[in-house]
Amino acid sequence: MPLITYREAIRHALAEELSRDPNVVVMGEEVAQFNGAYKVTEGLLEKFGPNRIVDTPISEAGFIGMGIGASMLGVRPVIELMFWSFYSVAFDQILNNAANVRYMSGGLINCPIVIRGPANGGTNVGATHSHTPENICANHPGIKVVCPATAYDAKGLLKSAIRDNDPVMFMENTILYGDKWEVPEEEYLIPLGKADVKRVGKDLTIVAHGRAVISSLAAAQQLEREHDISVEVVDLRTIRPLDEETILESVRKTHRVLLVEENKPFCGVDAQIAYMIQEKAFDDLDAPIKRVSAIDAPAIYSPPMEAEQLPNPQRILKAAIELLR
Amino acid sequence: MSKKQSAIADKSASTTDFSKAPINASLNREQKIDLYRTMVRVRRFEERSLRAYQAKKIGGFLHLYIGQEAVAIGCCSLMGKNDHVITAYRDHGHAIGVGMPMNPLMAEMYGKATGCSKGKGGSMHFFDPSRNYWGGHGIVGGQIPLGAGLAYGIKYKGLKGAAMAFMGDGAVNQGAVHEAYNLASLWNLPVIYVIENNGYSMGTSQQRSSAGSLAKRAEGYDMNWAECDGSNIYEVRETMNRLLTLAREQCKPSVVEIKTYRYRGHSVADPDNTYRSKTEIEEYRKTKDPISVFQKILYDEGVLTDALIESIDTEAKAEADAAADFAEQSPYPTVEDISKDVYWEEDHPEHKTSQGRIFFE
Repeated sequence: MPLITYREAIRHALAEELSRDPNVVVMGEEVAQFNGAYKVTEGLLEKFGPNRIVDTPISEAGFIGMGIGASMLGVRPVIELMFWSFYSVAFDQILNNAANVRYMSGGLINCPIVIRGPANGGTNVGATHSHTPENICANHPGIKVVCPATAYDAKGLLKSAIRDNDPVMFMENTILYGDKWEVPEEEYLIPLGKADVKRVGKDLTIVAHGRAVISSLAAAQQLEREHDISVEVVDLRTIRPLDEETILESVRKTHRVLLVEENKPFCGVDAQIAYMIQEKAFDDLDAPIKRVSAIDAPAIYSPPMEAEQLPNPQRILKAAIELLR
Repeated sequence: MSKKQSAIADKSASTTDFSKAPINASLNREQKIDLYRTMVRVRRFEERSLRAYQAKKIGGFLHLYIGQEAVAIGCCSLMGKNDHVITAYRDHGHAIGVGMPMNPLMAEMYGKATGCSKGKGGSMHFFDPSRNYWGGHGIVGGQIPLGAGLAYGIKYKGLKGAAMAFMGDGAVNQGAVHEAYNLASLWNLPVIYVIENNGYSMGTSQQRSSAGSLAKRAEGYDMNWAECDGSNIYEVRETMNRLLTLAREQCKPSVVEIKTYRYRGHSVADPDNTYRSKTEIEEYRKTKDPISVFQKILYDEGVLTDALIESIDTEAKAEADAAADFAEQSPYPTVEDISKDVYWEEDHPEHKTSQGRIFFE
């Protein structure tokens, strides 16, 4: 199986869906002529032309709102946010208009739009550019949220997201863009709402999404090697819809849970998951659920400190050992 | 009144000019009566809804369009198959203008399952995509980028049509509106941004909220613009027809400011004695009421008679009363209904591809 980068996997998903459906349009800042701020859309302009690959001005509320309006008429815009952090200037368009228009019209309208781009810290760009709004988006019924950790998942999930008739927020990670993974050449789809057990284990379940999965896998290896602890890593892949069954299955097996995310802890995704586990698997737990999140402050710039603020393998390892003590 | 407004008022005094414009001259007797009747229906519908609101049958806000009818009815009367409309929360006139019947509109305000949005939207959120009517939006200016998107969709699909995106004078200072202006001009989108200037953004007059003149801001985006008097439906139609033709034929966007007036508060729950005088309201009602103005024109043209005026009015009142009865007798949505119409996929289980849990506790 060929090894391709996470970035290429997204590009391939876009190209395949652009070829499949003439209603799919890719738009965003620098996506066409500049080949993408993170080179995700490189070469797409050449292949699909300026009607399908559209450079926008720096005007997120304008072009996201425009994409939502166009989607109501059956266009299927895939809109790139150069950083998901910039969603805040389009908050009303995304979380009032896209999220609510179906409901407020009594189901007469649907909004098949995908908004995608990187949502991560860890690149020393300061608090304004390091938001991880998957919890905020998932808090809005009407919206779906996807956070892939690998190239394979990114491709299969993005293709499903583009075919989905509801608005899907697709959150990538600049640090993962260059990571190479095995991705088959033949077409495949990954359904939204299906978690993936990235590592099988028996002593402890780690539930994570996005890059936290990669950090958790690194911690799991070290726990196995140095502490003889067998860790199962459940990658959520999709935040909403949420695959509760895969989480619960793992909890019932290991009886101990560590929740890891790059989100801030307060009202983070893992707050919901912790609630769900105690409700549905209370008797299966041998220890209180523990969480590792970003340290609860705006994203710090200072490079060595930002690495500490995020849930890195060392912080995950320490929490796992405490939990198992 | 500013010099500019006086000039426009003078212009509208000579209504014959607009009646001779081809778009109006080509109307037959029935079509003219229909325009008049639709305005009267909007008025009577809203008066009936006001009574229901005062009787606490309708919750939330009620933003009445009374005084502005010629704008929505004039604009919507020009719609072709590929023309689309989107507006803000003062949306009853546009809904009736595109042809939505009164029953589901009244029922929507009563919060009933038979409402046009199944009781999920309310007064501010009327929709009917089958009539190219895309709402009914609650956030000031938030619908304007969507209007640009409708135009984008029309153009992308290679259709000859235009989107009319309505907003109030208060919306012109919202950033999203300006972003949508820029995109429309930059990409030649067939959209007309219609500013219905009723003089007040809630309780703040134009003078206290907006620098400069409203439509002229289009010049900064190298976009066509126009102004017109919204009390004369012929003038509204003549102006909008020009702009719609530009949009449909040449994909040229425009901004138009249509000067109008509302008789009621921003929402009927708001007192409106803090920012304007009763005399001002009465003055408009006496001299520029869009229904009275058109009634006189059609009377002079020999189209309307006293008997016809009376029967149109009686029928409109009866229709509004019947809509209120329909709303009253309709059932409320159920608790189960709360969770429907959230996701397309959940409403179409036969096409479901996702897994996992989508609703939470």
